[in-house]
Amino acid sequence: MSTFPVEQIRADFPILAERIRNKPLIYFDNAATCHKPQAVIDSLVHVYSHEYANVHRGVHTLSQRTSEKFELAREKVQHFINAASDKEIIFVRGATEAINLVAQTFGKANFKAGDEILISAMEHHANIVPWQMLCQETGAILKVLPMDHQGELILAELDALLTDKTKLFAITQMSNALGTVNPVKQLIAQAHAKNIPVLVDAAQSTPHMLIDVQDLECDFLVFSGHKLYAPSGIGVLYGKQKILEAMPPYQGGGDMIRKVTFTETDYNSLPYKFEAGTPSIADTIALGTAIDYIQHIGMANIAAYEAELLEYATEQAQAINGLRIIGTAKEKGAILSFTLDRIHPHDIGTMLDSLGIAIRAGHHCAMPVMDFFEVPATARASFAMYNTKAEIDVLMQGIQSLIEVFG
Amino acid sequence: MFDDLRDLYQEVIFDHNRNPRNFREMPNADRKVEGFNPLCGDRLTLFLKMQGDVITDASFQGSGCAISTASVSLMTEIIKDKTEAEADALFQQFHAMTTGKGDDANLEAVGKLAVLAGVREYPARVKCATLAWHTLDAALKNQQQAVSTE
Repeated sequence: MSTFPVEQIRADFPILAERIRNKPLIYFDNAATCHKPQAVIDSLVHVYSHEYANVHRGVHTLSQRTSEKFELAREKVQHFINAASDKEIIFVRGATEAINLVAQTFGKANFKAGDEILISAMEHHANIVPWQMLCQETGAILKVLPMDHQGELILAELDALLTDKTKLFAITQMSNALGTVNPVKQLIAQAHAKNIPVLVDAAQSTPHMLIDVQDLECDFLVFSGHKLYAPSGIGVLYGKQKILEAMPPYQGGGDMIRKVTFTETDYNSLPYKFEAGTPSIADTIALGTAIDYIQHIGMANIAAYEAELLEYATEQAQAINGLRIIGTAKEKGAILSFTLDRIHPHDIGTMLDSLGIAIRAGHHCAMPVMDFFEVPATARASFAMYNTKAEIDVLMQGIQSLIEVFG
Repeated sequence: MFDDLRDLYQEVIFDHNRNPRNFREMPNADRKVEGFNPLCGDRLTLFLKMQGDVITDASFQGSGCAISTASVSLMTEIIKDKTEAEADALFQQFHAMTTGKGDDANLEAVGKLAVLAGVREYPARVKCATLAWHTLDAALKNQQQAVSTE
């Protein structure tokens, strides 16, 4: 831990110098969205100042320069998740759009009444609602792999839920509400043994762990740039090339076509088939910059540092009377979700805010998780590589004090 | 430590949160309406006993944050023995106060409820304070469906 250059990293994030309610900002809402290093901010400014034009169409120099940078970002994403080809990297607005894309193309083309889609009990609404909508359209049925009170999937029930009717298993790699890290490689192998494709929701996991889609063998993987130190409005759908090629297109428009007449249209090849319209050009290029930044620090170093932060925070939280940690899985990412006896999470959120501490209070877009733990909401502190033990100390002192104030 | 919050979390609010008044089911209630903010999880059921147009008893059950709990607890105290028109006038004044449209004259008119005036500085928490009163409004209009201020 002593070798992790946290102070140097903090200096790269200008927003960490902000004061909130006249206190230094302590930002523990990283699972919702995280902040941007100067390199990413500079990248946006640089694109708009020096290399901005539309991509893939101009013969002029500026457009070519932009297109090159744009496609370079795709290669960076490809290497970041170790995809076999850059054709397998589809740029979308975020993980939510990526899941909707799969539901509306792969799902609509392949699912019929009576088919089953399997998800888990700890999914974010983004990995529930698109499937429910698809079920309403097709008559398919949504099935749910349950979890236990530690917030771990009940793996013994998986085999029975993977049936000859199951057309897709969509599972989060890391729960945003609980922090649980699921053994996705094992789950994928189990599904593949029955020829069931698997979509991995990596929105929460990408900032915290190395991801290798070829090692996982997942069929789809989705994530968002804004949780990965990149701008909002850019995200990624990874899909195996063969599957993507067989899928009908998503939205129609420019860039996704090869030839258009009023009687028919030839669709473009991968990945452009799924990228209709002018993309979020500068944000995409800045996503590449964010990946450079993360790789410069090293994902293994980030993961080790965050694990120490979580362990430290968990130990301190366990020592507080009346604090209940929601989500105590053995494998956890840097998320501490908790409740306090007789103090509503929104009161916790408002009181900590007055100390300059940003946490999330609410259902974290995972209402079924709240129902399962029989709480209306939780308070959630989620950590990133720029957080420190000293900040966790301030959080814990704040929690102790507000317990006293509430009496 | 929480000096900045004194306007929002006054001692009266902590008191009503710890010991909510009229916190009980009313089996013979004439009006019963649920207030529920699913995003934050504040949930209450308001019970009214009516005699003509006078509210002779008010009680509630449920769970929520300190602001919503104190607000509904204070409300059940203040509306007792008020006519429907008087209760509605209080609702209007309370609404004006919490959304920042009221003036000092309103603050006097709402009496004890003035302890909740601080929420107007916290836009995300106004809905917590007003849930009780919108539920009352629905009850007075004899509506059955659940109320939300989100």
